[in-house]
Amino acid sequence: MHGVIDMTQATTLTPAEEARGPLLEVHHLTVEFATRKGIVTAVKQVDLTVRKGETLGIVGESGSGKSVTSYTLMRILDRAGRIAEGTITFSGIDVANATERTMRDLRGREISMIFQNPRAALNPIRKVGDQIGDVLLHHLQAEPRNVKAKVIEILEQVRIARPQERYHAYPFELSGGMCQRIVIALALACQPQLLIADEPTTGLDVTTQKAVMDLVTELTRARGMSTILITHDLGLAATYCDTVVVMEKGKVVETAPAEQIFRAPQHPYTQKLVRATPRPGIALSDLLPEAPAVPSPLPVGERSAPQAMGEGAQTSSQMPDPVHAAPLLKVENLLKEYPRQGVPMGFFAGLMGKKAPPEDALFRAVDGLSFEVKKGESVGLVGESGCGKSTTSTIVMRLIDATSGKITFDGMDIGAIPAKEFAHHPMRRRIQMVFQDPTDSLNPRYTAARAIADPLLRMGEQFGIRGAAQMRAKVEELATMAGLPLDLLDRFPHQLSGGQKARVGIARAIALKPDLVILDEPTAALDVSVQAVVLNLLEELKQTLGMSYLFVSHDLHVVRLLCDRVIVMRQGKMVEEGTSEQVLEAPKAAYTRELIAAIPHPPV
Amino acid sequence: MLKLIASRIATAIPSLIGVVIVTFMLTRVLPGDAAAYFAGPAATPQAIAEIRTKLGLDKPLPVQFVDYVTALSKGDLGSSLSTGQPVATEIASRLPASAELTLSGLILALAIAIPFGIMAAVKQGTWVDHACRVITTAGVSLPVFFTGLLLVYVFYFKLGWAPAPLGRLDVFFTAPPTVTGFYLIDSLIAGDFETFRSAAAQLAIPTVTLAIFALAPIARITRASMLSVLSSEFVRTARAAGLTPYKVIMVYAFRNAMLPVITTLGMVFSFLLGANVLVEKVFAWPGIGSYAVEALISSDYAPVQGFVLAMAILYIILNLVIDLAYGVIDPRARSEA
Amino acid sequence: MTLANPADRGSASSSSGLAATLRHAKYVISENPVTGLAFGMFLVLIVAAAIGPYIVPYDPLASDTKAALQAPSWAHWFGTDQLGRDMFSRVIVATRLDMGIAIFSVALVFAAGGIAGIAAGFFGGWTDRIVGRISDTIMAFPLFVLAMGIVAALGNTVTNIVIATAIINFPLYVRVARAEAAIRRQSGFIQAARLTGNGEWRILLTQILPNILPIMMVQMSLTMGYAILNAAGLSFIGLGVRPPTPEWGIMVAEGSAFIVSGEWWIALFPGLALMFAVFCFNLLGDGLRDIVDPQRRT
Repeated sequence: MHGVIDMTQATTLTPAEEARGPLLEVHHLTVEFATRKGIVTAVKQVDLTVRKGETLGIVGESGSGKSVTSYTLMRILDRAGRIAEGTITFSGIDVANATERTMRDLRGREISMIFQNPRAALNPIRKVGDQIGDVLLHHLQAEPRNVKAKVIEILEQVRIARPQERYHAYPFELSGGMCQRIVIALALACQPQLLIADEPTTGLDVTTQKAVMDLVTELTRARGMSTILITHDLGLAATYCDTVVVMEKGKVVETAPAEQIFRAPQHPYTQKLVRATPRPGIALSDLLPEAPAVPSPLPVGERSAPQAMGEGAQTSSQMPDPVHAAPLLKVENLLKEYPRQGVPMGFFAGLMGKKAPPEDALFRAVDGLSFEVKKGESVGLVGESGCGKSTTSTIVMRLIDATSGKITFDGMDIGAIPAKEFAHHPMRRRIQMVFQDPTDSLNPRYTAARAIADPLLRMGEQFGIRGAAQMRAKVEELATMAGLPLDLLDRFPHQLSGGQKARVGIARAIALKPDLVILDEPTAALDVSVQAVVLNLLEELKQTLGMSYLFVSHDLHVVRLLCDRVIVMRQGKMVEEGTSEQVLEAPKAAYTRELIAAIPHPPV
Repeated sequence: MLKLIASRIATAIPSLIGVVIVTFMLTRVLPGDAAAYFAGPAATPQAIAEIRTKLGLDKPLPVQFVDYVTALSKGDLGSSLSTGQPVATEIASRLPASAELTLSGLILALAIAIPFGIMAAVKQGTWVDHACRVITTAGVSLPVFFTGLLLVYVFYFKLGWAPAPLGRLDVFFTAPPTVTGFYLIDSLIAGDFETFRSAAAQLAIPTVTLAIFALAPIARITRASMLSVLSSEFVRTARAAGLTPYKVIMVYAFRNAMLPVITTLGMVFSFLLGANVLVEKVFAWPGIGSYAVEALISSDYAPVQGFVLAMAILYIILNLVIDLAYGVIDPRARSEA
Repeated sequence: MTLANPADRGSASSSSGLAATLRHAKYVISENPVTGLAFGMFLVLIVAAAIGPYIVPYDPLASDTKAALQAPSWAHWFGTDQLGRDMFSRVIVATRLDMGIAIFSVALVFAAGGIAGIAAGFFGGWTDRIVGRISDTIMAFPLFVLAMGIVAALGNTVTNIVIATAIINFPLYVRVARAEAAIRRQSGFIQAARLTGNGEWRILLTQILPNILPIMMVQMSLTMGYAILNAAGLSFIGLGVRPPTPEWGIMVAEGSAFIVSGEWWIALFPGLALMFAVFCFNLLGDGLRDIVDPQRRT
């Protein structure tokens, strides 16, 4: 109970006193988890300070302990986790040793939290208004008679249009961005002093991300609140925070003012992260650590393998100049329609001899798209979720059929070959793909070697491989090109890291010496430092093997690094097309400008 | 809501059609002489031929099917060979006995299994949890007729607490005037507490038998779905907002955790209606299950067919109710309608 | 994360999939003694089914009216029934028949339901609709009641008990196989296999099937128990097996008449044997699930 008294004292401090003292102080925090393999230390000796009104960013890659740190501050670790050492002091309250009752009073009223994946963070079967109301009522910020009015007021503050109506909405009826606003409303309902935002915009589109982050910044600033922003995105943290803390493997490696983190990173790990973050005005090779300067902390296999690319330099000089080369792929008036959800089509439409359904029953995923990819060229297909970029790539890949339109590949109308038959078509080997999720794209029962050999076994007649020994040699050659250490070839996917799995996927894609490789967000599931290595590897392979790329991505900066030309898509249509420099530096379409403006602009 | 009901009823119709076709096929299409089945084992060739004409089994199959459906729509399920009574009447008069038994078994099982499953999930890793896991695994391994016999031995023969396992009422009592057909309710309506006590005593052991059988799957799914909901992100959000554990568990976790439980109830009903047959045999319970078993033994086919159809229709109706209950709890299911 | 995978420890030790699986199985058993116990119980059942008839002390069908209704003793471990037959011999000998019915019906439905379900999940469209309609129609019946109807219609034989048990299990197998196939149909490695020139059937056989088989094996073990219970239930109400054949369900039925007069052993021992077998398969199923998928522990 003493905790409650402390807290009321803390809230009665004068503003002047508040402004000086730290709101939150974490000292030597160590958190351990009991697992089946024994004790795992997730957070080691972490020190943090958050002052009143300050925004602190905690940045780290997966496994850095940043999320565990935030759960510990709220004391909502799961059963297996415990604070092994250290102190957490919030407004004079000893959080590490406070009673559960004290913590309940703190949570929601003094410290609140917003999470990644807003839709999952809301109770799916309770009206969003009632969920906000629960928090208000619990913390005595409203009474049953006026709770609805208060909730609507809060919904207005987070700029939800038609709040009266949305009060009664369920989470599944709202968009991802809208759900995140509800989560923010929930977190700010009781005017807490500290907001912890754990990857609040991961998985949201870049324009939605900007809207959400601007809203959080504005609301917290207006209330004089402190914020902890936890993110994997150094650029995002540097843009929105006052101070940035960089974590690696459970430890804080650097704490610095945001404007200095990009300009003068001190710790080698921070330097590597800064370099690996795609940003305007840099080249692909800038992403990698300067070769001799820093010993790479990455495990074997994450390192790039330029040494394997010995012959790369010579072959690249023979490459045709993409601008004047003949078109390899030509897509004309591509159209793909899907039945809208909830419109019964299949069964009865099938019975009635496929009657054309009414117009509103159809949804155009791709709407009259035309473009070209020349020999040796890399073309980026950029847009936000639902813009039709993935549908386009899947059609070009000939895994699904278009509704109408023409796809010409090296002079042959491959769009006319049904997707089902294309698997056996000789053209199949010439178009290959690198998938978005490296884990999902590998058969869990195949070793890395077997996965790479698969295309060779099926369609590798041209290489004249005879016997297991020759096959093994060929697989090892491909693995070397993809920078996969040969001792990993006999491992199964679950024994490989994300970056290693990505390399297996790349080795498999280049096995048949394709002419066109479709890269479907190949680095979206990877940490930024691994992304840097993989992007460079892809560029080197392109030079060596003379392939063309169709690069599908949501990230304009990443696309710019790898691509000669960029196509911006929205709602199935092309919005803008041009060289990477033109599109990024002098965008013509308003939508492109909006997209570029939404990318975080850290102080460089 | 009306839209939901309409759409759910629409989805039940194909099942109903399927059930009618299958029950028809069971007798007419499968190998074997249907007329011989219906005539019974002691019939002369002449009697079989007579039955064949009488039942229209000499007509082409589609015609037979139309006849069958026409008869069904009039509520005609044929007549029993041994009693001569119309099957529909017999089933209708015996149904309340079965329903009373099944429902009390289910209610008892739910009353124990759901709190138990929730406790096990909330106090994961404690003795409640271990007890829940042992009981659920052991519970699904118990043959229901065997549990019934064990209980009879212990509570009737050894302890003498329970009456003899011979039907719904002690021989000295007469059934209360029929209102609902449930003796417990009818005796209360009639104000006859003696009969009520007797009916309750007769019902107790069979009810416990059925409840033990149904308890395991319900407790198991409750525990599992509660565990998954408790580790979900929206429960974490609710905890992070400082709501009390009671509110988090009851308002946020419980209602979500009930969704898989309600779905599983369909399966539980399927098991219960089957187990009911066995329990009725053990306790000489005058329900439709023992009616069907008696008919099976005397190769009296019409009651068996009528029984299968009646049970299937009952089960479809129960599933419809389950679907509607699901729709009441889950707004997503409502919007799909 | 596969924290529990022992193959992670030795780096280059995963020479073959089978060896790794066996090592993992050994690891799971050592971690979870209950699964070890289940394997032990399973062995007991197998031995009883295989050599039971040759090792029992009495002829299970020989009646001896002088020794009728004797309580368990050193001469008759499980006592004797109303005809003086030795219950121990009868219970042991019945193992083969009860296990046989369950194994045959499960094997039948594993093949039929597994193939139908995988095809429905992988190909979708009409295949899916037809398979779905069939299994929905079966599911529209209370399953035991449908089994009663099928045995009554097909004729009262052991073979028909096997068929009926297989039919009522069909929807369960279809559901599992269909769901697993449908999840994998969209996954990246299937797309990748298409890109490398694998036809649909080849993908089904070489990519989908091996990934689904382990899950189907778990399902098999879990439904074995149900199949045993179902068959015993049918013979308890007088379907299928006829006296004097020793079979657990019918023996419990015979013993039920003597419960009210206190001769408990006639029903108890066959009932316990039933429980033992069903319990064994349920534990085994849970254990196998841990081996196949450590994340799905409940």
